[in-house]
Amino acid sequence: MNIGWYLVVSAIVFCIGAGGVLVRRNPLVVLLCLELMLNGANLSLVAFARMWGNQSGQIFALIVMVVAACEVTVGLGLVVAIYRRRLPIDVDELNELKG
Amino acid sequence: MSATTYGWLVLACPLVGSVGLGLGYRVWPGRAAGWIATLAIALSFLFSVLAFIKLLGAVPDHRQLTSTLWNYDVSAGVDAKLQILLDPLSVFMILVVSGVSTLIHLYSVSYMTLDRGYVRYFSYLNYFVFSMLLLVLAGNFVLLIVGWAFVGAASYLLISFWYRRTTATRAGIKAFVINVVGDVGLVIATFIVFQHVGSVQFLTVFHGVHQDFARNGAPIVIACLLLLVGAFAKSAQVPLHTWLPDAMEGPTPVSALIHAATMVTAGVYLIARMHVLFEWAPTAADVGAIGGCVTLLIAATIALVMTDIKRVIAYSTMSQIGYMIMGVCLGAYSAGLFHLMTHAFFKALLFMAAGSVIGAMAGNQSLDRMGGFRRALPFTFACFIIGGLALSGLPPFSGWLSKDDIIAFVDHRGGAFVILGIAAYAGALMTGVYTFRMIFRTFLGDPVPEAVELEHGHLHHAEVPTNPMTGEEEDTDVGFPGPGHFIAEREWPMKIAMSTLAVLAVVGGVLQIPGVDDAVTRFLAPTFADSKYSHTEVASAPAWVGLVIGALIAVAGISIAYRIWVARPGTSLRLRERFSNVYVFLSHKWYFDEIIDFLIVRPVLWTGRLVDTTGERGVIGGFTDATTGAVRATSAAVRRGQTGFLRYYAALMIVCLGGVALYFLISST
Repeated sequence: MNIGWYLVVSAIVFCIGAGGVLVRRNPLVVLLCLELMLNGANLSLVAFARMWGNQSGQIFALIVMVVAACEVTVGLGLVVAIYRRRLPIDVDELNELKG
Repeated sequence: MSATTYGWLVLACPLVGSVGLGLGYRVWPGRAAGWIATLAIALSFLFSVLAFIKLLGAVPDHRQLTSTLWNYDVSAGVDAKLQILLDPLSVFMILVVSGVSTLIHLYSVSYMTLDRGYVRYFSYLNYFVFSMLLLVLAGNFVLLIVGWAFVGAASYLLISFWYRRTTATRAGIKAFVINVVGDVGLVIATFIVFQHVGSVQFLTVFHGVHQDFARNGAPIVIACLLLLVGAFAKSAQVPLHTWLPDAMEGPTPVSALIHAATMVTAGVYLIARMHVLFEWAPTAADVGAIGGCVTLLIAATIALVMTDIKRVIAYSTMSQIGYMIMGVCLGAYSAGLFHLMTHAFFKALLFMAAGSVIGAMAGNQSLDRMGGFRRALPFTFACFIIGGLALSGLPPFSGWLSKDDIIAFVDHRGGAFVILGIAAYAGALMTGVYTFRMIFRTFLGDPVPEAVELEHGHLHHAEVPTNPMTGEEEDTDVGFPGPGHFIAEREWPMKIAMSTLAVLAVVGGVLQIPGVDDAVTRFLAPTFADSKYSHTEVASAPAWVGLVIGALIAVAGISIAYRIWVARPGTSLRLRERFSNVYVFLSHKWYFDEIIDFLIVRPVLWTGRLVDTTGERGVIGGFTDATTGAVRATSAAVRRGQTGFLRYYAALMIVCLGGVALYFLISST
């Protein structure tokens, strides 16, 4: 199969993720969308690895998953902390770092 | 031990005393601090005597010894060392300084009792003696400057000793500032000398002067004039003299030690030490001599009208140092230093006696309030008379021989210098008048209540202590004079100190009698061997003529004072009314304070204010304001980007990264 299809799917997934990050306000959903973006990138990595017959792209994808797992852990921890403090679970309300 | 070891020990004793007293200022009970300080200086005097004996044991040609403890710096080409020079001149000075200081310390042991700053006082006093000894023992310009600045600092500390008195702190600041002017002169002179000779060591410089400087050329004259600035500031010569009368705010023993016997003679020492330079720059030497002569006249005229007993003595000190400066500038080195020694004796004596009178007056210093103390203070009266006679120059007192020694030498130089000699005689006449004006007004006449009280055996105590200058009420806590007042009649340490000085003031002159003995000249000869005046001797016949004239003038001065203030009381008031313009002029001290205020202080203040408003606030402030404004504006702009919205950041990142990706895509095709 042509590599182009894989890349198109990857781009669509990435764009759905990016759009989600931009439009959703619930931090949980934002994290989910981040995962989508990462997996979109992963898909293109795996596709390229297959095209070249080189395994390092797949290993790279595995490492991205590990990093994504870590990131989600931190992110969910934050969400729990926000919830416990009874703060609004809304990224637009959490604008304490405003300059 | 060698002579130089004694020299170092002379320095070590007061230093150890000062530091030890200062560190343990809570520990020393009662008068212990005073005795420790006195012991330190007495040891210093003992070592001075031992050094003197060692030096006498050497042949005259080997009487210039140097000793180095530490070499500060050779890498920069400056041969500055921690080095002392022990030669007849410095030994002469350390003998006078440590000897008189011992007696003044002894006097202070009693005089300062009950003062809350007793230990601090003696720590300062020892520090002063150390600085002064360092100044006279220094073997190079660098150490000389160190000692020079140290005595200025010690003088400041001691003038402002009663630091809660505004008048005292102001006087201290004034003295320090004027002294610093002198320090600057000395430092720049040192630089000029170093620039030409390439050395800061005295002996090297003195040997190199004749090759490295053109005789009476601009560099050497400028260097010597700058040295004169230093000497004039330290020795309170016109126009840098205004600090000395104000310095009388310090405790009386301090006036005796610093502002009569030792520190103010540093200028005389400096000129004598630098005589090689001054002889190579006769123009500067003549300027110095004229300055000294002018000072001795101006100071004597002001002393005629002062009503503060200590200020009268202060002006007489200025006047006497004028004689010394004139002498050493014209080559009368041994005469000038001889007068320095006798002056130290009788002037310290006069100050001590004045301190005793002030004690009897419970701190009041005004001659207008004094009178009739001769029966209440017989011992002080005798000391005052002896000191006064020595100061006026009546035979056979020491001042007679030493002062007329200088004048005889000045006249011997001949030419225009005779004018200076005549002016010096005029000064001598006034000396007799003002000295005995002070004595007559203090001790003769009707006894004032304080004197009557004392005759009945009770020392007057002020109900409320006040500042004698302003009349402000004070307390007796630390920073103000203590509650006790002391008179020599009741305190044996004061009595011993004063009687020793009285004896010295009487017999001190025998060291140098024309035609009979010239011990001072002979002893100092090795130092001044390279002087062109070393063989200029006044024959004994003209010297005796001078002595007779001097004696007659002293008698004339004293009898004028007697006529005005004793024989016909009220004459002084009539004179004052008749010559009211002169009186006002003199009582304003020739308006020197006002002139300096107008010429220097106000322009400096005005410049300062100008720089403050335009330079500081306008230029520097404008620059910093502009800088901070720019930073603030930039950060405000940047801050607008920091919205705090997560999604905004994400969008920004996506757009930017997308832009980067696009750029690479486009550039790769």
